[in-house]
Amino acid sequence: MKVRAQVGMVMNLDKCIGCHTCSVTCKQVWTNRPGTEYVWFNNVETKPGLGYPRRWEDNQKWQGGWKLDRRGRLRLRAGGQLRKLLTIFWNPDLPTIDDYYEPWTYDYHTLIDAPLSERDPVARPQSQLTGRRMDVKWGPNWDDMLAGAPETASQDPDLAGLQEQVKLTYERTFMFYLPRICEHCLNPSCVASCPSGAMYKREEDGIVLVDQEKCRGWRFCVSGCPYKKVYFNHHTGKAEKCTLCYPRIELGLPTVCSETCVGRIRYLGLLLYDADRVREAASEPDEKNLLDAQLSVFLDPADPSVQRQARADGIPDDWIEYAQRSPVYALAHRWRVALPLHPEYRTLPMVWYVPPLSPVVNALEGDGYEADPDQLFPAIDAMRIPLDYLANILAAGDREVVRQALRRLAGMRGYMRKLEVLGVRDQQAAAAASLEPSEIEAMYRLLAVAKYEDRYVVPQAHSEQAQRLAELPGSCGLDFDGGPGNCGALPRPAQGINEAFMVHNRKAGGHRFVPLPVVGSEPGQGR
Amino acid sequence: MTLWEALLFVALPYASITLFVAGHIWRYRHDKFGWTSRSTQLLERRWLAWGSNLFHYGALAAIGGHVVGLLIPEQLTHAVGISEGAYHLFAAAAGTVAGLACVAGFVILVGRRAYFPRIRRTTTWTDVMVYLVLAGIIVLGLIETIGFNTLGSGYNYRPTIGVWFRSLLWLHPEPQLIAGAPLVYQLHATLPWILYAVWPFSRLVHAWSLPWQYVGRPNILYRRRYGLARR
Repeated sequence: MKVRAQVGMVMNLDKCIGCHTCSVTCKQVWTNRPGTEYVWFNNVETKPGLGYPRRWEDNQKWQGGWKLDRRGRLRLRAGGQLRKLLTIFWNPDLPTIDDYYEPWTYDYHTLIDAPLSERDPVARPQSQLTGRRMDVKWGPNWDDMLAGAPETASQDPDLAGLQEQVKLTYERTFMFYLPRICEHCLNPSCVASCPSGAMYKREEDGIVLVDQEKCRGWRFCVSGCPYKKVYFNHHTGKAEKCTLCYPRIELGLPTVCSETCVGRIRYLGLLLYDADRVREAASEPDEKNLLDAQLSVFLDPADPSVQRQARADGIPDDWIEYAQRSPVYALAHRWRVALPLHPEYRTLPMVWYVPPLSPVVNALEGDGYEADPDQLFPAIDAMRIPLDYLANILAAGDREVVRQALRRLAGMRGYMRKLEVLGVRDQQAAAAASLEPSEIEAMYRLLAVAKYEDRYVVPQAHSEQAQRLAELPGSCGLDFDGGPGNCGALPRPAQGINEAFMVHNRKAGGHRFVPLPVVGSEPGQGR
Repeated sequence: MTLWEALLFVALPYASITLFVAGHIWRYRHDKFGWTSRSTQLLERRWLAWGSNLFHYGALAAIGGHVVGLLIPEQLTHAVGISEGAYHLFAAAAGTVAGLACVAGFVILVGRRAYFPRIRRTTTWTDVMVYLVLAGIIVLGLIETIGFNTLGSGYNYRPTIGVWFRSLLWLHPEPQLIAGAPLVYQLHATLPWILYAVWPFSRLVHAWSLPWQYVGRPNILYRRRYGLARR
């Protein structure tokens, strides 16, 4: 057993209102630079829908993630190392920017500069790739709220196998929002796909990053990620991705997308996992058992033997304590209401989702019922389409897993309604949710009341370990290519406690990120 | 040895090699962030499939042929029993295939770059200069391979240009050896020194990043933020 810590995230899809605040704030912080106009580290998709990039889930086409070969060994779906070297001049699986969208702006200056005329001037769209006028035909969120869905939604890869029924019942269709960031997987296929060794997973907190100085722009990470969450900056020629806002995480702060989420749907917490068992779990033969396999890799932070090993493996005591209060561990492991996104990709993703009851509730109301919690149970069982569809997204097609989670959520609603309205602790409702009343109330506090300090349980990085870095002269962390570079107005950090400041000046104004040495590889393979 | 010969066949190569080596050291130390192929596959993929593969594989084959032709002395191939005729036949055939692939790829790549506005916008002046020099080298090479060696009576450059090239490496330059070669050969032997001089300052540096180390590497890499030993 080798214990490592990972910062994980859970999103409660029932509460996502699709406002895109997370996307916008993330973009303002991370991708408002030349070459990243089309890049959204965080995006929100309407499901059913095509997603961003279009049909990203169709890994028959993009070849992202892992598969098992005939002998049951874990292999990159896109092929091995030799095949990558042979296709290095042209990656056969790479999406083009048009699969995302052609980024555009507007010629706003005509609003000011236009000569006097009878008609008001209009700012027209202008391509950010060519600078020319363009017709906007697709965008990062074109099918928001099922817009254009009659034409596009049926191409949603998750609808495969249930297309007929969806067409038949289109009048009572269902939808929900799916916010997406990098999954910071335990078994990241982007890292395995990078020929340059520029991508890595951090031992301390599991965040997956791209070393901008080692990246040579071979682009295999972009196609290798089954979630299409590594992007190619066409200005710098390097790969970029969601950083889980590590400069904030290291200070014990939630990510920008979490902090600004108005629906309070996001949870951040630590998970302890057994690094020696990652590959074994990812190699589970039956896709439907991948959820259990991944859960079995997580370690119980309250278990004294786990704590002992964690300490031996260098995990600080306060991190072990934080892991015990982790909302992610509670939702994913203790109550099993959070599920991983497309576990069948075998990357063991670490951003999990509480499935939405709303498709079921909406469908019920469409049938003329009131969405009485007591009617939810039969409805969950009767609603095949939403269940199968959710199962395709969150459970490798295993409807039972989604049903269990939804029943538990519906049970919580029924129990809490009786408690709030009648003042009764209804044992029957609790039994229906197969949870103790105290557990249900704890789950309700976390999911419904959702206090800030309960949602974000993120320990600070141990900055005293960074003393070596503090010896380096500090510099401006905003002064990168295309960055604002206005640190002049700010005091210098007294200590280089996080990597945002791990930059130091060289002559001629060049900047160098201090490269982190590779300290290990996968479990069992030299360190 | 005239002044021109000394400049073109001795001074230029050494100046170029100096810039090549020093430039790479400087670039690697100061601009790792800019060290990339600056791929445009994201912007356009269909033309690139043909252009990039034809050009790169053609160029690699051509480079391989040059390594054999310039670095291996004629006496050595004779000693192992390869006659001049056989060597010539093989070099002309393989060189023609590689050269045609390379030039086809090059035309597709440059055409693509000119045709698609989104790619044209990513083109720098350094790129343009590299393309011009490369075009000159490739065209001259094709004239030699096809014009001289396949259609014509051929010119055996190995006792002259080959020895001159190696003499540069031994630091005993013998420019008089190349002075008697046909003009096309002299030009083809001179232009690359310009390319080598520009090399470290262009995106050609990606050639040194071909990731051999990927083969046999473990799948997942971990890094530790702080270089402290574990407790």
